[in-house]
Amino acid sequence: MSAAAELLDRLSTVRGIRGSVLVSAGDGLIVAESLMTGVDGRAVAALAASLVSRLRRATESAGRREPVFLQLHAAGGTVLAAPCGTELVLVAVAGPDANVGLARLEMLDVSGRLA
Amino acid sequence: MRAVEPWVKAPLERFLAESSARLTLLMTSSGQVVAQHGFTRSVDVMTAAALGAAIVASTQEIARLVGEPRFLSLVHQGVTQHVFLSGFETPRGRWIGLVVFDGESTVGLVQLFFDRLVAELVAAAPREAPAQRVLPENFERELNASLRALFGR
Repeated sequence: MSAAAELLDRLSTVRGIRGSVLVSAGDGLIVAESLMTGVDGRAVAALAASLVSRLRRATESAGRREPVFLQLHAAGGTVLAAPCGTELVLVAVAGPDANVGLARLEMLDVSGRLA
Repeated sequence: MRAVEPWVKAPLERFLAESSARLTLLMTSSGQVVAQHGFTRSVDVMTAAALGAAIVASTQEIARLVGEPRFLSLVHQGVTQHVFLSGFETPRGRWIGLVVFDGESTVGLVQLFFDRLVAELVAAAPREAPAQRVLPENFERELNASLRALFGR
């Protein structure tokens, strides 16, 4: 198992995390994944990477530099994203029962290792 | 966005809105154009269609050499613009999609929404092909009618 896959598996042990995926920021393609059944990893990867890219432009235009962490609350859970440098984005899909605070800490740790 | 067949329009419009593609061409595997978006000159459409169909045919031969039934898609990565080519089956035969995109999109997005476009086209395609025989004396009239549909002139 690759180092990236091991890190994703560790993230998946956080309560409520339905899966995580490491995405190539420029392509929106999956680099590594640890996803539960029912999560469309390819769609999550492409759309999340695009969103991070656009938000990066927004925060940089506002003079606030690159985003560090993104949290999207939806009716059925949360989508979390953490850029790992400029080449990768770590994305996690969480259910409504997720410990988002712990997930954030884990993701920032993982993204720091991968950057 | 222009289409020779009206049932192509709605799925293609959704694809264009979601993928942020700059140029899009749908054609038959022989290079006959079905729909286009972003092209301003008919000669560019016909050139792109012919080249796209030829590229797909060439890569099909490479697939055969390496033992693959066919390649699903082909991406050319440029400096500022990129090209995505993919063949797919429809009730109207094998078609090819050619998509040009830039930094406003990614290959992941284009692939994702192109797959959805294909599914919608297959669902929307009339199951019975129009009863037409293209006779040599009708060829120029058919071509001009297609160009008017594709460019609104």
